[in-house]
Amino acid sequence: MAVTRNADAVAPVRSSGPLSIWMTSHVSTAVGALGRLARQPFASLMIILVIAVTLALPASINLVVKNARTVSGSWDNALDFAVFLEQTVTVGEAETLGRLIGQRADVETVQFISADDALAEFKRQSGFGEALDQLPANPLPHTLVVRPGPGNTSASLVLLQEEIGNLPETDHVQIDTEWVQRFHAILDIVRQAIVIGAALLAIAIVVIIGNTIRLDIENRRNEIEVTKLIGATNAFVRRPFLWTGFWYGLFGGLMALALVYYGLYMLSGPVARLAGLYQSNVSVSSLDLVEAGAIVGIGVFLGLFGSWITAARHMRRIEPK
Amino acid sequence: MIRLENVTKRYPGGQEALSGLDLSVDKGEMVFVTGHSGAGKSTLLRLIALIERPSSGQVIVDQQNTRRVKRRKIPAYRRQIGMVFQDHKLLYDRRVFDNVALPLIIAGASRRDAGRRVRAALDQVGLLHKEKQNPETLSAGEQQRVGIARAIVTRPKLLIADEPTGNLDPDLSLEVMRIFRRFNEVGVTLLIASHDISLIDRLGCRRIALEDGRLQEEETDPWL
Repeated sequence: MAVTRNADAVAPVRSSGPLSIWMTSHVSTAVGALGRLARQPFASLMIILVIAVTLALPASINLVVKNARTVSGSWDNALDFAVFLEQTVTVGEAETLGRLIGQRADVETVQFISADDALAEFKRQSGFGEALDQLPANPLPHTLVVRPGPGNTSASLVLLQEEIGNLPETDHVQIDTEWVQRFHAILDIVRQAIVIGAALLAIAIVVIIGNTIRLDIENRRNEIEVTKLIGATNAFVRRPFLWTGFWYGLFGGLMALALVYYGLYMLSGPVARLAGLYQSNVSVSSLDLVEAGAIVGIGVFLGLFGSWITAARHMRRIEPK
Repeated sequence: MIRLENVTKRYPGGQEALSGLDLSVDKGEMVFVTGHSGAGKSTLLRLIALIERPSSGQVIVDQQNTRRVKRRKIPAYRRQIGMVFQDHKLLYDRRVFDNVALPLIIAGASRRDAGRRVRAALDQVGLLHKEKQNPETLSAGEQQRVGIARAIVTRPKLLIADEPTGNLDPDLSLEVMRIFRRFNEVGVTLLIASHDISLIDRLGCRRIALEDGRLQEEETDPWL
């Protein structure tokens, strides 16, 4: 019991390298904050779930837009247009013209549909077969379906269409892509709306985490006062709360990922069925690594940010009495 | 070790807790501050711990003028002083060991070093066998000894205690005072606020009596 017996205890507090202390201190604080969350599993889970839903919402809408873009993008690339020729053009002339256009550098393929083929097709699909037989002559013109090459820009496409439209044999060029452009414009608006919505939701997350941390600080007010009383710095007492915010953000982000992937899994069946009906092999594209990382990263950032601004404000206020 | 020069502490509302107080405690002394509640004992200790600052005058602790200790430096300043409180101020969400280790963790001691020091401190207050318990399961006297172990674990040169025996019966009080006495014997300066005159008389230490924020009398035990 004698004080003098522990001779080594008289030495000043010995420190083992500032960096390793900093590390050890952070690791133990991080584990401690995690333990605190685990001791109130239900409350922690609720907060994590709120963060996850808030993160998953814009992420999944963004994913829908991305997929819609991919699908409509494939329409965009196939900007086939139909060239209806004058009635006076013969089959031979039409075929020659088709070959000529097909040789252009900015054209990939040209498909020739003769007036007879077109009529036969129309008869078969329309069901007016008998009635159409009564016509004295085939009213349909020969048609060339032109598929522009992949190197075309929208300006060069317009030029191509104009040039073909000005040929003497051409009666009319039918372009059927305006609705694709409108659709893209709508997607752009949705995309903008997501950005605005995501910003608002980010503020919501900061507020949620900030409020949780504030309650946490109030509950541990006594502990903070005592720790400050025996010489803890603001940074020291702030640290566990920053870690709490970090964990909320990390788990919120990971759970948001889980929600998005679960949603994709639920949708993959119906989408495959729909694609099957259209004889298309459209598949839902998932989050890529960068996007997945961004969701978790944003979660962590918002968690740290929310806890930082709250802790910084309250730590200075709580002083021992 | 401690020197107060013409220190006045006025609280908002005009009430003066200390009025023009001069006093000095030498290195290695064990001094009691007595007086009725409201006489300024606690205020004196709070000025030394830099929980408050004087309205006027100088408080000099271990050659540092507290007036020049900036707000950001207060934590480092406090780490040089051991503090014992009437209500122990232990943290009940962790074991005795972790309570005592707290000042070392704050100071950034390595884990191995901290473990050795915590056990040495607990040994000194006779509670080594209780290191794994929660402070709540301990008696008031034992809790106060844990508080003392926490105050001395960093081996401060100065220990201040505010009514450390306020909640203890005479036997436990004497035990606590004996522990303080042993620290004093190895060179720790102690400043203890207490109103337990009979106990102080038995210890035979220098006594500073405060009344209404002023020095009332200063007497040394005749047998010393």
